Amino acid sequence: MTVSLEKMRTLAREIRGQVIQMSHDKKTPHLGSSLSCVDIVVAAYWGILRVDPQNPWDPARDRFILSKGHAATTLYTALAYRGFFERELLDTYNTDGGHFAEHPCLRCAAGVEASTGSLGHGLPLALGMALAGRIHGLDYRSVVLMSDGECEEGTVWEAALFAAAQKLETVAVAIDYNKWQATGRSDEVMALGPLVDKWRAFGWSTRELDGHDIPALLKALEKIPDGSGKPLAIIAHTVKGRGVSFMEDDNNWHYRTPNADELLAARKELGLA
Amino acid sequence: MRNAFAATITELASTDDRIVLLSGDIGNRLFDAFKEHHPSRFYNCGVAEGNMTGMAAGLAMCGLKPFTYTITPFGTTRVMEQIRIDVCYHNLPVTIVGTGSGLSYASLGPTHHSVEDVAFLRAIPNMTVVCPADVEEVRAALVAILKIDGPVYLRLGKKGEPIVHKERPAMVIGRGLTVREGSDVCILGLGNMVATSLETAALLEGLGVSAKVVSMHTPKPLDGELLCEVLSRFAIVAVVEEHSRIGGLGSAVAEWAAAREARTTARLMSFGTPDLFLPETGGQKYLRKRFGLTPEVISQEIHRAYRAAKQA
Repeated sequence: MTVSLEKMRTLAREIRGQVIQMSHDKKTPHLGSSLSCVDIVVAAYWGILRVDPQNPWDPARDRFILSKGHAATTLYTALAYRGFFERELLDTYNTDGGHFAEHPCLRCAAGVEASTGSLGHGLPLALGMALAGRIHGLDYRSVVLMSDGECEEGTVWEAALFAAAQKLETVAVAIDYNKWQATGRSDEVMALGPLVDKWRAFGWSTRELDGHDIPALLKALEKIPDGSGKPLAIIAHTVKGRGVSFMEDDNNWHYRTPNADELLAARKELGLA
Repeated sequence: MRNAFAATITELASTDDRIVLLSGDIGNRLFDAFKEHHPSRFYNCGVAEGNMTGMAAGLAMCGLKPFTYTITPFGTTRVMEQIRIDVCYHNLPVTIVGTGSGLSYASLGPTHHSVEDVAFLRAIPNMTVVCPADVEEVRAALVAILKIDGPVYLRLGKKGEPIVHKERPAMVIGRGLTVREGSDVCILGLGNMVATSLETAALLEGLGVSAKVVSMHTPKPLDGELLCEVLSRFAIVAVVEEHSRIGGLGSAVAEWAAAREARTTARLMSFGTPDLFLPETGGQKYLRKRFGLTPEVISQEIHRAYRAAKQA
């Protein structure tokens, strides 16, 4: 499924609005992280992924794993808007006895491919899926969305070494490089940079781009495998809290939740109110 | 046990194309036959057990039945996070195979000992824990494991363990196997200590005490029916394991008894390893002796307890 660029940009605004609404309604954190990856998720689900909401568990489908599980509201909203389930179900997010937790659980709804929330798990899972594709002779792709802080987990680099050794070219990683982790700058807490060089040195094909530039994301994601015989790492420079001026690059919004006035102001900025 | 594992998994993979073997850079030559017959289903995952375990989960999500294989502590306690979340939270048919369990690799030092593994793994929801007593139980266990649609931990020794079963037992996960009948006391042996339990029973016989011996190959799920029977029928029920007394089979049996309304009359005894990292070197035989895990010591203690129970 591909839709027009204009439609994707509209979807990105609407998803941001819904994500902010959910954070406000249920008083849940990680809003900045959920907003920074919206354009990547839109480019994937509306431009690239071979998935069918009517047949969500087709063995031949592309897999999308939200390894940065704390951006769950972005995933839930994108899946609902993409038609995997009714949008009304989003109202059950973080309710007692509900299915949509603050971090995703495998098959809590159609399209949710893995239980995530603890960082550094998505890539090894994706490599297993890619090996299974190789064994079964299926050419589906496995796309993993990770955060920059997540790249501090050792399993990310264990997986990076294995994927390169096995030439798992059906695997792509998109790193939402918003330069923040929970309590500090991701390049200062750990020596994360230069991130592109690190992935290249680990034997991956790399692309560096503006993670809010949907055409650039589509161009980077459209060829998986990219012909190099290597797995693909997309280092997407993003802004935490993207889309709302008073949230952008302000790490307080890792934990803060918007009050009613802030919700209204945010919706206005997004052209939704 | 490890040779029996390699031979059996190779054989089973010929008829079950879901089997995938992941090795953590060990078993040099051990899996040559598997690699030869099933080259697309063997991966040396390097010295990266976290990734290996996560990949196993990913494979299982796509309908395969992966087995991860490495030295016990590295494939279990080192990667508890991956076992807990990737394998058990997703409830996937991944089998974690630990080789050199207990004190099998005693002389390699405490980095290679695994006497806390059963405690850790049985605490995780969805996990089944299987500890075979000998090569025949390894073979039977593998056949039984393939029928389980969920996570399994298979706790192996090394090689050359004493034979317990003359022929392949009819193994059912969660049901203990009686390997010797007796009427006075009951010994519940775990894995490589079942042979020691049988030697203990032979010594007890010389002391006039008749001991039943059970291979409790599945600390989880426990055989409740068997426990019900032995805990009310025998004066003494003794657990013998090459595992810490904290959290092993002894703990599991005590937990089971504590959760029951029915009164159990047997006195429970627990023989396992103490709560320490031994600062001195030694082989498996030496360490067992150091920890009182010998037929001589166990039989004397059971005999003393049995006499006390009889006089009471």
